[in-house]
Amino acid sequence: MTSTARSLVEVDGVSHSYGGPLVLDHIHLSIDAGSFLGVIGPSGSGKTTLLRLILGSLSPTIGTVNREPNLRVAYVPQVETVNWNFPITVSEVVLMSRPPSIRRPWATESERRDVSEVLEQLGLAGLGDRHIRELSGGQQQRVFLARALHRKPDLLVLDEPTSGVDVRTRHEVVHLLTDLHRAGMAVVLTTHDINGLATHLPRIACVNRELIALGSPRDVLTPQVLERTYGAPMEVLEHGGLLLVTDSPMATS
Amino acid sequence: MNLFEPFQFAFFRNGIIVAVLAGAICGLIGVYVVLRQMSYIGHGLSHSIFGGAAASAVLSVNFYLGAGLWGLLSALMIGRVARRGKIGSDAAIGVITTASFAMGLALSNLFGQAKRSIDAVLFGSILGVGGTDVIAVLGAGVLSVVVIYACYRHLLFATFDPEVANVSGVNVARMEALLMLMLAITILFTMKVMGVLLISAMLVTPAATARMMTNSFARMLTIAPIIGALCGFTGMLLSYHIDVSPGATIILMASTVFLVVFTITGSRGRRNVAGLGHH
Repeated sequence: MTSTARSLVEVDGVSHSYGGPLVLDHIHLSIDAGSFLGVIGPSGSGKTTLLRLILGSLSPTIGTVNREPNLRVAYVPQVETVNWNFPITVSEVVLMSRPPSIRRPWATESERRDVSEVLEQLGLAGLGDRHIRELSGGQQQRVFLARALHRKPDLLVLDEPTSGVDVRTRHEVVHLLTDLHRAGMAVVLTTHDINGLATHLPRIACVNRELIALGSPRDVLTPQVLERTYGAPMEVLEHGGLLLVTDSPMATS
Repeated sequence: MNLFEPFQFAFFRNGIIVAVLAGAICGLIGVYVVLRQMSYIGHGLSHSIFGGAAASAVLSVNFYLGAGLWGLLSALMIGRVARRGKIGSDAAIGVITTASFAMGLALSNLFGQAKRSIDAVLFGSILGVGGTDVIAVLGAGVLSVVVIYACYRHLLFATFDPEVANVSGVNVARMEALLMLMLAITILFTMKVMGVLLISAMLVTPAATARMMTNSFARMLTIAPIIGALCGFTGMLLSYHIDVSPGATIILMASTVFLVVFTITGSRGRRNVAGLGHH
């Protein structure tokens, strides 16, 4: 595949181990400006490790990860990892993502305006003074997206953005990410949600220790690739032009 | 009984200034201690510093120098033992700080003449508080405020969400080291009045009380030092009038405020304070 887009992150022959067996083995992957990539795979397949290598919070055991100089990355962690009892308001969460221009605790007028803008963009206008626990599930997810967007990133990285959220919130997240991608932002996410999220993305990487397949959902989501990725037989159906992945009846009988 | 009678004595005026400042600093640093669940480290560090305080008293070395160096040595040893990986940091803290505490007790038993100052370190005292201590605590207070002011957002980000903070360009390791240093300085400079055995309570109680009263981090940082300072003031007065160690009366005042706020704020406050241990 040839591409004229500039590469933001280049994962080159990367293997990683936490001291034991390899969690990731010989991964090659390029994340271009304006691309939208979903990483799928079973639990423990190395998806989050791959994200951390892309983010630079982990160094690869073997190989290199090259990031574009001065690349601005924003990360949205799984909502399950957030400490919802921490004494913090919505505005305080959003504000923390951008380093202050001068060393003082409170926000400047322009920073307050920027926070209001990003909250409005995500449908959170008027909720700035609320404690994060006092929001609905969808609003909570969007607060952390707002924090990421406040950094004005070139690359947005999300770990399981639809995990533990209801159907409506999932739709909101998918639409929002699609809009950001259309606006030119590069997006990389991991997901377990093949039908609700992965099939809607332009590019998918199937990972289970190795990079098993990389391409469009139509190219990648085949029974053979899915069985190699998940270690169990799966079927791929088509309904109204959409792909639908299900457990194979052979596996459940 | 004249409530303000003790103010005629210079030692009491020094003592109450130190107690108010110590309460405020403990409240301020306590916010981070409570939210980062570092109370065990604070507890261990204060016990460890006791060994250095006892050795300083026996060897007639300056208290802040001896106890400070001892605390630094303990912190380095905790880090070294924990980094080996086979022993968790909580076990490393338990082993090293209790060993240091035991050594302090042994020195106390072996050298009877040092017993008085060791008792003062254990339970707090206002008798030994002089002008130097007032300046030292004032310096620790100013340093804490300046550091928190200058690093407010980075410290908040590193406390709330260290992984994302790291990715967003915050040097989380440096922020953690800074907090450990401020915690050690706070313990070192306030333990004369509070006492080794009770200082960890002062690092936790005002901050936990403030957590029940607000859902905002910025307001918690304001409320906790005010509670700490008020408890320092009233606790010192009580200490003089009922002739009990100031560490005990200050902590009793803080515990009383906690109970009152716990009762008034009801289920909301209880949920906030219960959530301090949950992530």
